[in-house]
Amino acid sequence: MTVRVRVIPCLDVAEGRVVKGVNFVELRDAGDPVEQARAYDLAGADELCFLDISASHEGRGTLIEVVRRTAEVCFMPLTVGGGVRSADDARELLLAGADKVAVNSAAVSRPEVVAEIAERFGSQCVVASVDARRVSTKGVCGPRVDNPADKSGDGAGESRWEIFTHGGRKATGIDAIEHARRLAEMGAGELLVTSMDGDGTKKGYDLDLTRTIADAVGIPVIASGGVGTLEHLVEGVTKGHASAVLAASIFHFGQHTIAEAHDALRAAGLPARS
Amino acid sequence: MPSHVALIDYGAGNLQSVANALRAAGAEQVKVSGDPEVVRVAERIVLPGVGSFAHCIKALRAIPGMVSVMEERVLDGGAPFLGICVGMQLLATRGVEHGVHKGLNWIAGEVLPIEVTDPAIKVPHMGWNDVAPMRHHDGAELIERGEAYFLHSYHFVADEGRDIAAISDHGGAITAAIARDNILGVQFHPEKSQRYGIELLEAWLNWKP
Repeated sequence: MTVRVRVIPCLDVAEGRVVKGVNFVELRDAGDPVEQARAYDLAGADELCFLDISASHEGRGTLIEVVRRTAEVCFMPLTVGGGVRSADDARELLLAGADKVAVNSAAVSRPEVVAEIAERFGSQCVVASVDARRVSTKGVCGPRVDNPADKSGDGAGESRWEIFTHGGRKATGIDAIEHARRLAEMGAGELLVTSMDGDGTKKGYDLDLTRTIADAVGIPVIASGGVGTLEHLVEGVTKGHASAVLAASIFHFGQHTIAEAHDALRAAGLPARS
Repeated sequence: MPSHVALIDYGAGNLQSVANALRAAGAEQVKVSGDPEVVRVAERIVLPGVGSFAHCIKALRAIPGMVSVMEERVLDGGAPFLGICVGMQLLATRGVEHGVHKGLNWIAGEVLPIEVTDPAIKVPHMGWNDVAPMRHHDGAELIERGEAYFLHSYHFVADEGRDIAAISDHGGAITAAIARDNILGVQFHPEKSQRYGIELLEAWLNWKP
């Protein structure tokens, strides 16, 4: 066989508690991150991701403690992101027990931060985020719409993608594909590609976005944003060309288990852990 | 059997994960240390490693007396040794990451970039993949067939096939483990490989080469 498609549950963490944003606005409390991490470890998740959305400094301190306690009981790779602005921020998380750090808005304003972390700690520990929204060629921001008139099947003729920050609220004018290429050149070990249109909608990944980026870079891409069914995970790989699939609520609220996700991938002929 | 382990701290990555996993696997005492004297008195020695070959070998050699104590205990004294990821790669004759650098030369071979011809195969080799033991090999008795977590862009190309204890596949055969006498090196991360990894560490802690 070959390297397996990774199934990655993602926990949004604020002030030391798990929350899940629906379109990054409404938050639901889904419990203690360490307990959830332990459950996912036992369930055979391939990796785990914590994204910290704390607004306060106290929240950041709590995060470090959560990472430390998680590393004591979980023997699986842990990626931690949210608010990483420098190699020193990355170091703090890695020393606490994170295996990889996800760099988000800091790399939008200054992509060099990816190179700085990669040089100090290795590319393997830098996950660079690409948070994108589909924008029409007229430049109007809007949600993703299926276009029945588009017979090409890729939808790429109708729109492009732009990098957004602040949970998808703030446009940057930066082309998402160019940004993804740049982050890979800077030494990112993988890219976390999130459709900010899809996030929380349960309508599936933005497959065109995922595939366009996965085909443009040599490093692995994690598909993220919008998973509502197991079929969405499968499509992320078959149609999105992702190496890993990230999801939150379908796992957190017991809709599906990690084993069911692995089974669905295998049933589609993809390599997944048994 | 009491197992006192020295986990060599030379500034390469997150040692706490390896220490936690060794304890979960039953190690009685794990000393995370950059002091050669701790290595001198330990029963078992673990060399972890995260980052580049160049950075790691420089950092290891920068600790006065460390390499000579390791060689005294492992090559002459027969202490069970485990190298993990770059800690395994450092045993090679040389590595070519960020320039050509001499390794410890305990196991003849080179650490070369993973080269793939199929663009669908991504580098780094990142994720869970097969560990297939080489049945001809004595050291492979420690290694069960299974799935472990890999994360690397360079791989160990051994001069002698008999030093290869297990292989994996990523656009071609990849050395998953090397072994000789009392030395075991794994390219994957047992500390991140859930039950498979803890069981391997358990086997290593009970290993009497």
